[in-house]
Parts: sequence; structure tokens; C-alpha cells
Amino acid sequence: MPTETRPEFDPEAYLQAGLGLLDLTIEPNWAPAIVANLKVLQAAAALVGGFALPDEAEAAPVYEA
Amino acid sequence: MTDFGTASAAEIASAVSAGRVGAHAVTSTVLERIARLDGRVNSFTDVVSERALARADALDAARARGEALGPLAGVPFAVKNLFDVAGLPTRAGSKINRERAPAERDATLIARLEAADAILVGALNMGEYAYDFTGENLHDGPTRNPHDLGHMSGGSSGGSGGAIAAGLVPLVLGSDTNGSIRVPSALCGCFGLKPTYGRLSRGGTFPFVGSLDHLGPMARSVEDLALAFDAMQGPDPADPVVADRGIEPTAPTVDSGIGGLRVAVAGGYFARSGDPEAFEAVRTLASALGCERTVDIPEAARARASAYLITAAEGATLHLDRLRERGGDFDPAVRDRLIAGAVMPAPFVERAQRFRRWYRAAVLDLFREVDVILAPATPCRAPRLGQKTFVLDGVELPVRANLGIFTQPISFIGLPVVAVPVWPDDGLPLGVQIIAAPWREEVALRVARHLEREGLVRAPVAKLD
Repeated sequence: MPTETRPEFDPEAYLQAGLGLLDLTIEPNWAPAIVANLKVLQAAAALVGGFALPDEAEAAPVYEA
Repeated sequence: MTDFGTASAAEIASAVSAGRVGAHAVTSTVLERIARLDGRVNSFTDVVSERALARADALDAARARGEALGPLAGVPFAVKNLFDVAGLPTRAGSKINRERAPAERDATLIARLEAADAILVGALNMGEYAYDFTGENLHDGPTRNPHDLGHMSGGSSGGSGGAIAAGLVPLVLGSDTNGSIRVPSALCGCFGLKPTYGRLSRGGTFPFVGSLDHLGPMARSVEDLALAFDAMQGPDPADPVVADRGIEPTAPTVDSGIGGLRVAVAGGYFARSGDPEAFEAVRTLASALGCERTVDIPEAARARASAYLITAAEGATLHLDRLRERGGDFDPAVRDRLIAGAVMPAPFVERAQRFRRWYRAAVLDLFREVDVILAPATPCRAPRLGQKTFVLDGVELPVRANLGIFTQPISFIGLPVVAVPVWPDDGLPLGVQIIAAPWREEVALRVARHLEREGLVRAPVAKLD
């Protein structure tokens, strides 16, 4: 019987896949700092994503105060 | 006798208009002071002496013909080097951009200040592509804090803060995406105005995060902020975001006091994760304003996280081609964050933009009950140059990303803020944000001016001679 799985997030593998997608090349020694930043972004997104928003909350990319 | 090398913009304009001093004499004095002192501070990347003196001579000739001069007559000013200055490549703190062709014309705000008869004297150091709170630039060197040269100026408008605190010019322009006017204002002990999002044109400036970028003035007096702000307002087809509003002058009412204004202190998020003296500075000003009320700006941590995500994604998108072709020419501290932002999933960013809508409505509700909210500008005084981490509430955190923890949730929804400098002792200053409702810069400036008149906030020239 199949079971649902959610793989652990692997930031190193994700970074490499994303670089390929975006046609970006990096020096190998840049990767640890980029991965560290990716983890910070992941934590920020988890914080924001943990807040329930109504469907009517429209994005405000260009904002008029 | 007035020292026009360190005088305020208002003093200079008054003296030049009345003929008590010539614009040429003021400009020469300022250029000499920059040449003599800036080697220690490193705030200027370009000085346009010939242009400035020619402009000063033209002003002196106009006055000799009996023409009335503008409200900033003869006032020397400088701009963060992401503003286009005709004849200079707009480097935006980067190595890459300095290979660009020289700008053909000045940025809108430079043109407006010069239309008020101010005189541009140069361009100022900044953190690379404005993705910075430290004022440290890998390519041009750090701007050092004029009040203690071993400490950071703050950034990314670090040269702007350094030039004001060193008394090199009375007026500068900076940019503020997440705190880049307010952080250096706090660390260098200056006054800074981050206006409402969409108030001042960004035409002719190098962008960072279009949905968060603001421009504004920094100075050593509140009156000078108001004079400069008034001269720069108005619509501009060169900026798709700038509001179609008429000029709403603030200088005429800046001295009208705080009668009737409802003031509150931001609690919760804004009362933790900082040195106790940062919160004491807020309490001192609140007490002087007769404020006993505390309000909770809801979900400020999520607001900051959202601003962080949007910044990384929009900044990365702006620079994607440069990251592909010239990644090795970036400051690694900037590049690594941009690449992380580039590969981030789109829903992280869209969710942050949707949260922004909710947060805006929630915060605007607060302004039904109060006119002004006070909050710290930074969690601490200026860190030492090169310092990578600091401890906030017992947690060690990176300096570069966390100096703006109290500024990011405010600029996230474009609220106008005046940052005012507080001096707890003989050491370095701290800053307090005076936050108003959208389009109410006038209210924040009045409160700042009241505190300045009471002697609680001030922006002295550093002793460098």
C-alpha cells in the first residue's frame, strides 16, 4: 500500500537544481553561503506562510499608501 | 560669525539670498572641507568641483542682477551614488556599474533641488546595490562613522550619513528600501526623512526593490529636512509609482508644535531584541511628548520576514543577468543573498505580497487612534567596522541583516518616518523613528522639530579637525 511521503528539504540539491533552471553558474566555494541564505529565506517564508490570509487578500507589489 | 563650512541649509540659504555671503564662497569653503577631512571618513566617491563652482558663480551673478533666489540658495548638497549625475557613471556602490556610460542627465530630485538653487557638490559612498545596513563597501572601502572612526556608519546610505555627521555638506539624499536612510541616520547621529512610498520621484536613480524603494533627505536639522522635502515633491512621469499629488509644504508648519497630536510608543516586537538603551531612548522622547500610551503593531515579525523575502526576490530578478555574467565581480555578501533569492519559489514572494495587503489595513487601523508612533531605529549603537555578529536578547545574529529589524516592518507598507538622533552620553548616538500615517510627513516633522527645540535630539558635527 503506497504511503504519502514528503522528502526532507535538501538545500544543496535544491540550489543546484535552481541554478540549472536559471542558467546560473557559481564557483563551488560560493555554495555554503548561498545555502545558508536559502535557509534564512525558508525560515522567513515559514513564518509568513503560517499566517492565515483571506482569499481576498490581494497581492500589493506596487503599493499606494 | 557663521561658519559656512558647517552651517545649516537654512542659514546658508538665508545668508546667500540676503547677500551676506556669496554662493561661490560657501561652495569653496565646503569643497576645501571635503578635501581636507573626507580622507578620514570616506563618504564621497565623486566630487564635482568644477560643476559646483560654475553653478555658484551663476547664482551669484543672478543675485547681482537683482533676481530673487530659491529657498535653497547656495546650499551645497550631495547624493548617494545611485542617483544619476550628468557626466558620471551611476555606480550604485558596485564594481560592475562603474563601467556604464556616464549619465546624460541628473536624477529628478537633483534637478528639483537645483531648481531651488541648491548646488550639487558630489556623489556618496554606499553599500553595493543598496543591499546593506553596514555602510561597508568592498570596492570603495567603508564609510567610517565620523563620531568614532572605528565604527560603522550604517547603510546602505553610509556615505550620506558620514557626510552629514562630518559636517561636509548640510544636506544629502539617500535611499531607503528597508531602512537605508534611517539606519545611518541613527548610527551617525543625523536627522533623516523617509517619506511615504510614492511621495518623491525615483526618476533617474538605480533601483533595488521597486515595490519598496524610497528616496529622501538627511540633514543636521529638522528645518533643513522640511525645506529639502518641500523642494522635491510633485508628480514625475519618470517614476511609475510616484503619486499624482500636488506639493504639500511642510516647512511653514514645522514649528507649529505638537498640540493635539496623539502619540504612542510601539510595544511588543519593537520593545525586545535590542539593547536596553535603545528602548530607553524611545521612552525619553515619549516622556517629553507626554505620551503614556503603548500600541502593538500587529505581526511586525511577519512584516519584516515578508520584506526580507520580497527584497531577495526582486533584487535577484533585477540583477539576474549580471549574476549570470559577472557573479565574481559582486561583493560576495550581496551576491550570495541575491542568488538565494533568485532560486526561491515564487509562492514565498507572492504570499509576502498578499500579507502586505493585510498588514497595511491592520496598521492603518492604528492610525485612527494615534497620529504618531515612536519606535527604535536600530537595536544598538554603531557596531565596530568589520563586526560580523552581535547579540540581541541573548541570541547571536549577523549584523548586516539585523541592523534593520525595527525599520523593515515600517517601510514595508511605506509609512513616512523621521529618524531623530538621541545621545544617551558622550558616546555614539542612537536613533528613534517618528512614524506617521501615509502622506502625513508634516506630522512627523513637527514632532521631530518639537523634540529638537526642547534639546532632546540633535545632530552635532563630529570633531575631526
